[in-house]
Amino acid sequence: MPVNSRAKLNSKLFDKDVEQKAIRDGYGPGLVSAGEENPNVVVLCADLSESTRSEDFAKKFPERFFEIGVAEQNMAAIAAGLGVSGKIPFISSYATFSPGRNWEQIRTTISYNDSNVKIAGHHAGLVTGPDGATHQAVEDIATMRVLANMKVFVPCDAIEAKKATIAAAKIWGPIYIRFAREKSSVLTTEATPYTPGKAEVFWESKKKPKAVIIGCGLLMYNALLAAKELEEDGIDVAVINNHTIKPLDEKTILEYAKKCGAVVTVEEHQISGGLGGAVAEFLSKNAPTPMEFVGMQGVFGESGPGKELIDEYGMGVKDVIRAVKKAIKRK
Amino acid sequence: MLESLHDKKLKFLEEMANRIRQDIISMLVEAESGHSAGPLGMADIFTALYFHVLKHDPKKPDWPERDRLVLSNGHICPVRYAAMAHAGYFSLEELKTLRKIHSRLQGHPHRATLPGMETTSGPLGSGLSQAVGMALAVKLDKKRCKIYCLMSDGEQQCGNIWEAAMFAGKNKLNNLIGVIDRNNIQIDGFTENIMPLEPLRDKYEAFNWHVIEIDGHNIHHFVDAVNEAHAIYEKPTVIIAHTIPGKGVSFMENKFEWHGKPPNSDEAEAALMELAANYDRMKREHH
Repeated sequence: MPVNSRAKLNSKLFDKDVEQKAIRDGYGPGLVSAGEENPNVVVLCADLSESTRSEDFAKKFPERFFEIGVAEQNMAAIAAGLGVSGKIPFISSYATFSPGRNWEQIRTTISYNDSNVKIAGHHAGLVTGPDGATHQAVEDIATMRVLANMKVFVPCDAIEAKKATIAAAKIWGPIYIRFAREKSSVLTTEATPYTPGKAEVFWESKKKPKAVIIGCGLLMYNALLAAKELEEDGIDVAVINNHTIKPLDEKTILEYAKKCGAVVTVEEHQISGGLGGAVAEFLSKNAPTPMEFVGMQGVFGESGPGKELIDEYGMGVKDVIRAVKKAIKRK
Repeated sequence: MLESLHDKKLKFLEEMANRIRQDIISMLVEAESGHSAGPLGMADIFTALYFHVLKHDPKKPDWPERDRLVLSNGHICPVRYAAMAHAGYFSLEELKTLRKIHSRLQGHPHRATLPGMETTSGPLGSGLSQAVGMALAVKLDKKRCKIYCLMSDGEQQCGNIWEAAMFAGKNKLNNLIGVIDRNNIQIDGFTENIMPLEPLRDKYEAFNWHVIEIDGHNIHHFVDAVNEAHAIYEKPTVIIAHTIPGKGVSFMENKFEWHGKPPNSDEAEAALMELAANYDRMKREHH
């Protein structure tokens, strides 16, 4: 199978019983690890310490944990004050509230002010499920990516989420990290390489691939399932885990766009402004390539089981396959 | 306790406040845009802060033990720039670059370009939260410095202010001192017509703050209020400073129309003449 052996992915990746773990479950242990390593790491939470998993840190380092209450604007700006005073604050809430409700505070007091704040947006994407569209953030990558000084990380599973959290504490400057609520397949292992800003090739056929699927977040699993089906169908592709939306790994994206000649982006986010937008902005200037976009098609979600919603809103395995075939046809 | 404010020092501060007012007028007429009323109204308090209250070193703006001065209502920055220049953060000459291209003196203050500017501000209502963050940070680091947060009265209409006030009250941030420029005006008119703030004292008291009300043009009263704030151990303190917007320039005083516009050259000349005459009078009285 064309799984990239250097990516050291989960050997049970394509088994029915592949381990299921929520991406948010990587945040708590990541915070604890970052907190152990650096006494300046502090964590703020807006009345969601259990569901954002920031309680792991609160239990271990109560003197460095601040409960803000339901006040996301206050949380962002308090963090900005901490961040310019030598602390490394992580702010934790649901992505629709932070960076949703507090976008201006993030823009002025964190991003423009260049304060060393890490923004953890939880319950992002459609898989937030039964809570409905009010709680399903599908715009957060766009609203964070557009800010100067801001980096954007979108981990694909719980293991990568832990690595992203630890890495964010070590990289100076404002960073947005996106987390999902529902359990999803664990794709990577502790040994999988993870460097912010460096996309990882998860799958590459031995023969020259006809298209590259560039994904992020938990839909990486659908991207890989699609690649497997396409392979069985005689269509060779490459799959890239683009866990850092900003700064974009332009080198890898350019290489694969040129090599494959067709690009499909896959993300649990509006197709405008997210990963697909970032890749399209870059390629249209440097290597115009036929592109298809799998993601939310400019509508809001609704209540329902997360995985069913993914299919309902056009981000299932079949949708990825269809997009790949369409992109190839447009070459 | 602050150093006691003897007569000679008070005279120096009053003269300095007048010079700062003159600089504000000169800066604004040169910039051809900006805010007049607020900066003039806060000249006495900024003078007291930079020349008597703050523990700071203009030659070492990043000194970790310094007191922090957060300006939440960034639009009154000309008064801060003028005070900083007189205090030695940069040359008086640089004041003329306000709002011009490549200047460090942005129309609304920017931390990254100007050493000693503690925060970027302009959009109202988020300064108190940032000051809270700084107050927490210095407490974690067991530093004894104070965090001063200057706010306008108009921005008390922002919900974010009260989120910060609630947090500071809960956490008994006794190293945090808020100062509200209670000048009763905002862009569209008088605060009590736009969206009433009173009873402002009761609001802060209800949020578990210690409240002191003063005449914001009486430097002695301001210094006394700061000393009182330092002595309050169990609460954050807010000083509600009653000021006259446009103070020192009679045709600007108490007129909300002067909130967001600069004087033209004739108006600037008249303003500078009035301020200079006051300066001379003060000098005569002081000697």
